[in-house]
Amino acid sequence: MQVQSMFFKRTSSMKLDDPVLQRNMKHAKGKFVDLRAKAIVEIDNWEDIRTHAAALRDRTLANLDAYLVEFERNATRRGAQVHWAETAEAACDILVEIARANGVKKVTKSKSMVSEEVNLNERMEAAGIRIIETDLGEYILQLANEPPSHIVAPAVHKSKEEVADLFTVAHGRSRTVEIPELTLEARLALRDHFLTADMGISGANFVIAETGTTLTVTNEGNADMVTTVPKIHCVITGIEKVIPTLEDFATLIRLLPRSAIGQTIANYLTLTTGVKGPGDSDGPEQMHIVLVDAGRTRFVGSDMQEMLRCIRCGACMNHCPVYQNIGGHAYGWVYPGPMGSVLTPVYVGIENAGDLPNASTFCGECQVVCPVKIPLPDLMRKLRERQFDNALRPWGERMAIRAWSFAVQRPKLYAALAAVGSRVAAWMGGKDRVIHWMPGADGWTRGRDMPAPEGKTFRELYRSRPSAKGGGAAISPSLGRGQGEGQP
Amino acid sequence: MSAREKILSRIRAAQGRAGSEPTEAELAAVRADIARRERGPQPGIARTADPLAQFKRECDRVGTTHFEAESLAVVPGAVARYLEANGLGRRLVAWHEFAGLDWHAHGITVDDRPARGDDGTGLTGSFCAVAETGTLLLLSSPETPKSTALLPETHIAVASRQRLVDTMEDAFALLRAERGELPRATWFVSGASRTADIEQTLVIGAHGPYRAHVILLP
Repeated sequence: MQVQSMFFKRTSSMKLDDPVLQRNMKHAKGKFVDLRAKAIVEIDNWEDIRTHAAALRDRTLANLDAYLVEFERNATRRGAQVHWAETAEAACDILVEIARANGVKKVTKSKSMVSEEVNLNERMEAAGIRIIETDLGEYILQLANEPPSHIVAPAVHKSKEEVADLFTVAHGRSRTVEIPELTLEARLALRDHFLTADMGISGANFVIAETGTTLTVTNEGNADMVTTVPKIHCVITGIEKVIPTLEDFATLIRLLPRSAIGQTIANYLTLTTGVKGPGDSDGPEQMHIVLVDAGRTRFVGSDMQEMLRCIRCGACMNHCPVYQNIGGHAYGWVYPGPMGSVLTPVYVGIENAGDLPNASTFCGECQVVCPVKIPLPDLMRKLRERQFDNALRPWGERMAIRAWSFAVQRPKLYAALAAVGSRVAAWMGGKDRVIHWMPGADGWTRGRDMPAPEGKTFRELYRSRPSAKGGGAAISPSLGRGQGEGQP
Repeated sequence: MSAREKILSRIRAAQGRAGSEPTEAELAAVRADIARRERGPQPGIARTADPLAQFKRECDRVGTTHFEAESLAVVPGAVARYLEANGLGRRLVAWHEFAGLDWHAHGITVDDRPARGDDGTGLTGSFCAVAETGTLLLLSSPETPKSTALLPETHIAVASRQRLVDTMEDAFALLRAERGELPRATWFVSGASRTADIEQTLVIGAHGPYRAHVILLP
């Protein structure tokens, strides 16, 4: 997928003004949040499982090279060929070459976000190979020639009417807006492709070092088709997806579908290990596994390595107030929401995605819902610091932060400035005590009013409270700790 | 330097280890960690007093219908009643282990071969069942092709109550004990295939079966 993240501000404004998208997003957000909330209360030790999962991901990442080599050894032992790709281009080259060498004309593909990262479809088509998306959401988007807007529900931004328009053209049948009918149309259209494709490409939710297994989690069963029917099965996945054992998968699968869509379990958990055996009627004769770096090693060993724990459930975006309002496309690359605000700047360069770490209210909900406890707000804060240190934010913004930093470290100066500032702001608020325009912050006040402050600073109000005259003895300990701490 | 060496050495350098290949000692440590096969915390729903009730409850939730049969011999009759009740044709494609049952007595024709794209109903066995999630574990082999569980519109699976385990961890332990290694395809099925990709509206029957039915033998 082409990086469009540099246009975040403009695109997000457009998305906020798009009535169809706003309606579709409103429809979606409640479902994700409610279903997850209901699903996790059924697990009495949810927190313990999260803690265990985060620890097992960290343990693996701390020895990532050795787990990958152990995975490679076991996969190879079972007849799979393991390929390594440093870059997006290299990953595509490997897959195109496998297809060419085997005279492949048609490929069926189940959902893979890594394949979106590396622009696989475009590269395959350019090499004259037809590649067909088989996840219903991805199939819709391939017809619409659009990128996914959500990692689990890629077409969540589309209404059934929009899908109906696409299907009417693609399938040449009379138009219907009934969702079961639309699903049946896609089933019929794709069934023939499943049975006649020369090669299947899947992603992998995890790869297991112990057994050399790659694994997909789906509800539709499309990954099962793609990994069972064609003579060649290729897996494209990131190097961070390796986990040690089957037991670790059992732990993670308690978290993944519940966090993603509030489902106890996905319908198909599909573990594929090597090529078909003698006498097997189905399964591939060749299995290729492409392990992709494409930016992942930049996280390894850094102060942001925790991001590689991610199991791609999408809970962070489902619960993000920014994502809920602008949808996934505004983020301009494969991964929207808080996870994208951390991944995209590191994968494609912070200079191309500078607004993303700033597209957060820091409400902290993403960290609260993350099944593997990734400290997403902390990671976004680190990226903001990097931008500041490398002079990647606008000059005015950096000067303003410097000035504030200077003042806040000098309590007397800060008190004096705050006293002036709050009075000016109170005066600006006028009779209705609302500020309609703020110089230097017109981006903020263009779309919303700001309530005017009282006219006095917190410290002035604190000093003038009745109990202050009694020397503070009347202050309850909790108030003292909660609000008064740090006051000079 | 190959891409493999470059990626591995980049990881190692970032984590303060030299070279482009893990040392024997590092690999031994990883294998020792794997050999521990540490289980994560087990939730309450994984350790119920009545696993069969838990299994059936979860089947109900995902829309898998179930029937308890007293022996293998009554399977053809149970299948016939299921086909009748759902208005389905009396023809099956089945795993080899079921081909020898008395289907004729119930007017059912059985094809003893892997399923094709146009088969209506597939009958399979299962390696074991998992109570926690109402799930069946199936393993591929020449006699147990995956296509039979996947391509037909209806999937009927036979499971054994003696082979009902509490959790997926237990299923893996049983698999290691009895088979040693994973077969080519090892897959957990929980209900019929489904999608909610259009307006998050659930539709049963995406690319795989529309119906899933379990016959539970003793």
